[in-house]
Amino acid sequence: MNIAFDQLEKGQSIGERTVPVSRADLVKYAGASGDFNPIHWNQDFAQNVGLPNVIAHGMFTMGAAVGLVTEWAGDAGAVVDYQTRFTKPVVVPNRFDGEVEPSTALSVRGAIGLVDPDARTVRVDLTVTAPDLAQEGADPAEAKALKVLVKAQVVVKF
Amino acid sequence: MAISEEVVGRTYPAAPAYQVSREKIREFASAVKATDGVHFDVEAAQAAGYDDLVAPPTFAIIVSQRADAALIQDPSAGIDFSRVVHTEQRFTHHRPIVAGDELLAAVTVDQVRPLGSGAMITSRVEITTLGGDQVATTTSSLLVRGEDQ
Repeated sequence: MNIAFDQLEKGQSIGERTVPVSRADLVKYAGASGDFNPIHWNQDFAQNVGLPNVIAHGMFTMGAAVGLVTEWAGDAGAVVDYQTRFTKPVVVPNRFDGEVEPSTALSVRGAIGLVDPDARTVRVDLTVTAPDLAQEGADPAEAKALKVLVKAQVVVKF
Repeated sequence: MAISEEVVGRTYPAAPAYQVSREKIREFASAVKATDGVHFDVEAAQAAGYDDLVAPPTFAIIVSQRADAALIQDPSAGIDFSRVVHTEQRFTHHRPIVAGDELLAAVTVDQVRPLGSGAMITSRVEITTLGGDQVATTTSSLLVRGEDQ
């Protein structure tokens, strides 16, 4: 562990990170997880079932967001509980300019929501957003940030 | 087809044991952009006090989704997977998953809540060692959209 448990207080920030996401990342996650639902890699399929475009696996977003917490804690095995609701999809448009490039990014921020001195656990509350790219051609730098995970809570054991 | 509420309380037989390999941990950690050495380097994992490479916190989804297949493929449950939206997920780790683990996972249906012409299904997967020791509990809520949703 990187951190002195006794100095942690509710409300403290644990930092933030930006996670760029490309179509290639979704294919990689599909292979690693075994979730090959075509809505995560085939635009025609996704649009045929009423989605604006290819969307990220909710579990990709959940898995990528928790990295902020494990790096802060310095022990990936210390996460004893992690939960979230999936509210909005993360739209991942095609972006190809000689190679497949990130077309969107997750913004992840974390703050301490609860300290339990008896259990020696800390609950980190994550705020995870992505730009609203539902409109074709939307600019990620201009698009409104949508909360894609809600009640994302990570309990770390010290 | 409507979702059957008769599946509530049902526990399906465990999927065949899942062998946690170092390479799968490395592949999954890379796919979720985790950088901690304990996912990639056996010496780093052992220096941190683990027997072998440590799985990232959401790795258990691989094991629990294999168990979920028993529910999703059960014709009597009536779930059309092409209409499923994942709405909630929770992992409770009783201990970290490490390379070399052999894991059993069985799914239980906790709740079916009708929602318009569709339904919200909450299910729980208990992940254990071959000897029955608890490793992780995962809980998922799936929204199965009705024909007009």
